[in-house]
Amino acid sequence: MGISPVLWQFLVKWLHNAALFPSEASTISPWMDAFYLFLIAMTVVGLVLVGALVFGFAIRYRKERNPVATQVEGSTLLEATWTIIPLAIFLMAFVWGALLYYRIYTPPPNSMNIYVVGKQWMWKSEHPGGQHEINALHVPTGTPVQLTIISQDVFHSFSIPDFRVKREAIPGRYTTVWFEATQPGTYHLFCTQYCGTQHSGMIGEVTVLSPTDYQKWLQQSDSGMSLAQNGERLFASMGCNACHSGTAAARGPNLAGVYGSKLTLTDGSQVLVNDAYIRDAILNPSQHVTAGFAPIMPTYKGQISEEGLIDLVEFIKNLQTNYRVQQTQMTSDSDQAAQPTPTAGQSEAVKP
Amino acid sequence: MDNSFSAPHYDDTEPLIVHVPALEHHSTPQHRHHFETEEQQREAGSFGMWLFLLTEIMFFGGMFFAYLLYRNWYYPAFAAASNQLSVPLGAINTAILITSGFAMALGVYYAEIRDRKKLVFALVLTTVFGLAFLGVKYFEYKEKYELHHIPGDKFSVAMFVNPHAYELTKDEPPLAPDMAEKTQVFFFLYFAMTGMHALHMIIGLGLLVWLIARARRGDFSTGYVAPIENFGLYWHFVDIVWIFLFPLLYLINRHPLK
Amino acid sequence: MSAATIVTLPDQATATVPKKNYITSEHGLLSWLLTADHKRIAMLYMISITFFFFIGGAFAGLIRLELLTPQSDLVAADTYNKFFTMHGIVMVFLFLVPSVPATLGNFLIPIMIGAKDLAFPKINLLSWYLYMIGGTLTLSALVLGGVDTGWTFTTPLSTHYLNTHVITAALAIFIAGFSSIFTGLNFIVTLHRMRCPGMTWFRMPLFCWSNYAASLLMVLGTPVLAIAIVLVFLERVFGVGVFDPAKGGDPLLFQHLFWFYSHPAVYIMILPGMGVISEVISTFSRKRVFGYTAVAFSSVAIALFGFFVWEHHMFIMGVSNYSALVFSLLTMLVAVPSAIKIFNWAFTLQKGSITFETPMLYAFGFMGLFTIGGLTGVFLGVLGMDIHLTETYFIVAHFHFVMVGGMLMAFLSGVHFWWPKMTGRMYPESLSKLAAVVTFIGFILTFMPQFILGYLGMPRRYAAYPPEFQVLNVFSTAGATILGVGYMLPMLYLAWSLKYGAVAGNNPWQATGLEWQIQSPPLTENFVETPIMDHEAYDYEWLEKQQTEGAKYIG
Repeated sequence: MGISPVLWQFLVKWLHNAALFPSEASTISPWMDAFYLFLIAMTVVGLVLVGALVFGFAIRYRKERNPVATQVEGSTLLEATWTIIPLAIFLMAFVWGALLYYRIYTPPPNSMNIYVVGKQWMWKSEHPGGQHEINALHVPTGTPVQLTIISQDVFHSFSIPDFRVKREAIPGRYTTVWFEATQPGTYHLFCTQYCGTQHSGMIGEVTVLSPTDYQKWLQQSDSGMSLAQNGERLFASMGCNACHSGTAAARGPNLAGVYGSKLTLTDGSQVLVNDAYIRDAILNPSQHVTAGFAPIMPTYKGQISEEGLIDLVEFIKNLQTNYRVQQTQMTSDSDQAAQPTPTAGQSEAVKP
Repeated sequence: MDNSFSAPHYDDTEPLIVHVPALEHHSTPQHRHHFETEEQQREAGSFGMWLFLLTEIMFFGGMFFAYLLYRNWYYPAFAAASNQLSVPLGAINTAILITSGFAMALGVYYAEIRDRKKLVFALVLTTVFGLAFLGVKYFEYKEKYELHHIPGDKFSVAMFVNPHAYELTKDEPPLAPDMAEKTQVFFFLYFAMTGMHALHMIIGLGLLVWLIARARRGDFSTGYVAPIENFGLYWHFVDIVWIFLFPLLYLINRHPLK
Repeated sequence: MSAATIVTLPDQATATVPKKNYITSEHGLLSWLLTADHKRIAMLYMISITFFFFIGGAFAGLIRLELLTPQSDLVAADTYNKFFTMHGIVMVFLFLVPSVPATLGNFLIPIMIGAKDLAFPKINLLSWYLYMIGGTLTLSALVLGGVDTGWTFTTPLSTHYLNTHVITAALAIFIAGFSSIFTGLNFIVTLHRMRCPGMTWFRMPLFCWSNYAASLLMVLGTPVLAIAIVLVFLERVFGVGVFDPAKGGDPLLFQHLFWFYSHPAVYIMILPGMGVISEVISTFSRKRVFGYTAVAFSSVAIALFGFFVWEHHMFIMGVSNYSALVFSLLTMLVAVPSAIKIFNWAFTLQKGSITFETPMLYAFGFMGLFTIGGLTGVFLGVLGMDIHLTETYFIVAHFHFVMVGGMLMAFLSGVHFWWPKMTGRMYPESLSKLAAVVTFIGFILTFMPQFILGYLGMPRRYAAYPPEFQVLNVFSTAGATILGVGYMLPMLYLAWSLKYGAVAGNNPWQATGLEWQIQSPPLTENFVETPIMDHEAYDYEWLEKQQTEGAKYIG
């Protein structure tokens, strides 16, 4: 930024203590603040300029001093000046803003993924290790954290002002945002999209821990089952393994290692298999038929909760071999009576 | 009348031929006094109508936009659902509506040549064809109702999931249940778009009845054709909307993509 | 009255308001309710939008009261939600959209271009009735128990999750929308077809240009809102899934349709206000508007670009990065014409002969507040900053700086400017200056803290908030109280002036527009004879010549 880091720290600390800025608790924060200061400078310069012109002229040319007005038509040069200079400044702001936008919405590839489900009126966070939280989120410092966000009812918006990040939680669609926390502490978590009666109650706390404390927390809040393990159970209990068994004769495509690959669909299009693709393929299978397979998969819409879908996504994401799938299939074939335990997600009422 | 403030220096003389500059400051019964000339009044009226039609285009545009989006997303459902619409009935309706538009154009012509009887005849013809269109539409809607293809609680996708069980669809390929559900989106747009079109027709028919009454009285046989002309614009607009609706809704699957 | 004033009131001993004018031409309530006179309809609008302004203002007051403390202790959350919904719907659809066009525009546009009336007087009256039906439905939604969708009606919240009177409110907006369409249509046709001889496009006052641009937006944008509302209605009644993701609908489709209107709508609101500012600044500088054509075309440019920026309301909603880029760039472009206007107004002052009457004070207030409002819009239009600021109080502050600081200041400026023309009476000058200053101070105190709150992250539409935000909220509420006084004052002294105000005469400000060359209040037919425009707009030398020659121009 061309400003000495010491001075910057001093400035920001002062602004924070004066309650003009939120604290800078993520790697994005200094970027956002620098940009904000630039935009404020732009506003102040613009305001001072307009103010100086208006007040200067108003004093200089008030009727007492200048009883007769001189008629002037205009000036193309001046018009060009105040078209081009503001445009140039706005375009500068545009480029800066676009860079920042891409930075915030493009997670680094090695980031740790946490799922967030919004519903009226709470936030549910799901860690890959199976830790569930409500209106709370624990993250470590120094690690890029990607949030995969979805809403199970109306629009919500996941906002952590101290990290300067925000992302809409959209019903039926995954969105992502990422941050890297820098300062341990607790920070506000807000829903910023109006979502009904208790909108202002849809708040929580983000707790940033040092990596060691975070590990401790993970162990303490271990639910005993990771998301992928939950997903595996669900996979078996919904009977997915009957077709997606990975054997040569299977009616459904092999899912091991499918995550991150490019699939060719029956209509010839190529798609990247990511979280959103897997979720959609479970709910709207006929639009996601892999080339060479018949469109026989039924839809699971209304049968699996958003949490259950996350479990399945996480399971398929981590599925490297079909060995266990086939094992489970054999046991379930031989033991039809064994009822699967419903996952935490399944017990929730599914909204139509 | 909006000319409550009519200035006293305007003398009401006999109806005069318009477009004659020398006579501009004289007045015909239909001349609104805030207009300088009748020519200006006529231009303003027709310009206003064009602007109104622009508004209408934007109004329908919102639904066309939704149609475009969902047709791209759910093409198979749109194609299958579209096949349930009767192309013959749609084609007949298209012909009826174009004929009605022709009758309307004749009406404008007869008004211009000041032929009262033929004008009334043309307007009645327009009305009759308009009513015929709505009649056909009624039978189409009725069939959809019987087949539970009206979106809402009673909507049924059975015909699309299991077409072989139904006489109407026995040759159609079945849709997967998740795709079949999306036929409801098609039918919603079908009813919203054709319904909105029909509403415009009904309003138009109401106006036609009023115009016929006035035409019989001879209001439009004196060279004063603006209302007929402007209504003609509206009626043709309604026709054109249908010209777009018919292929978009009825003919989706006539040229299957790949 | 200070010595600086240019008000040239007629000798008070002999002055009278002309006996024959549009107010006295007919009597009785019916003569008003069935009138086709654009001036009377403007007055009907003036009364009704003032009524709705105070309804909306009352809700604003309740909102600020609730936010005085962090807990939701004055009212429960659901009531609070109804408050801000009602505030938004009433202020946006029933006050801001019709404010300048339907009152001042209705009154002045025909006169400014030398016409006897708008092209379609009956449709003009119909507009007012539609507006009143819309307003009545809004009030009935309120009386029946309120509605809590927010003025944005976001689906699927509004279609599937709320049990309040959504349909009534939606119907109200649908009907009020048609009122706005017909007003816009009437203006466009009038400006195209009804100009008097010699009144070329570039001789029109800039007020006409900006209303023309706003009318284009009304005619092309409002029907899209109408259809979006119809679809919400159908989805709610029949439970179909056009916006419901559970049934295959796209929840973002509604927002695209809604913002396709509602972004241009903010230009519908602000453009006519800009027209007022052009008139006022020129008149009180006694100087032609600097760069007339640039100001005229910048209005049209705003209208055109205004249609292609709507997605900047959805940058954080998972739209594609490329489309976000394009819409952000276009947003930068739409900011430029506003900057052009501001600088042209500032340079209109240069070499003028400036006096500081009440309308001019409001105009100065407009320039300052609109500059802030406009530039903070750039914060929200650039992608990265939008992520942090959107859906917070920063947006609330930005919007109010433009709409209240800009638009309402312009409206009050215009009302004060043309009040002598509309009523034939002057208002008390010193009291009105006081009101202008009070409004300005109250406004700054109310909304400045909200910018800071926004950057701190306080979300909008919160009935309760974390206690650390309280100090700034207290400032804001205190400011709102002052603002409330600032708005009450004009209503009182303007009403007072109707009977007791000094007689204004035809041209108290020595302004050049055609409306100032006829009697105050005007005759029903505006002009005795059709005027012929033989000079440019804002030609103060022409005016001087007319006066030295003592020649009566028209009327």
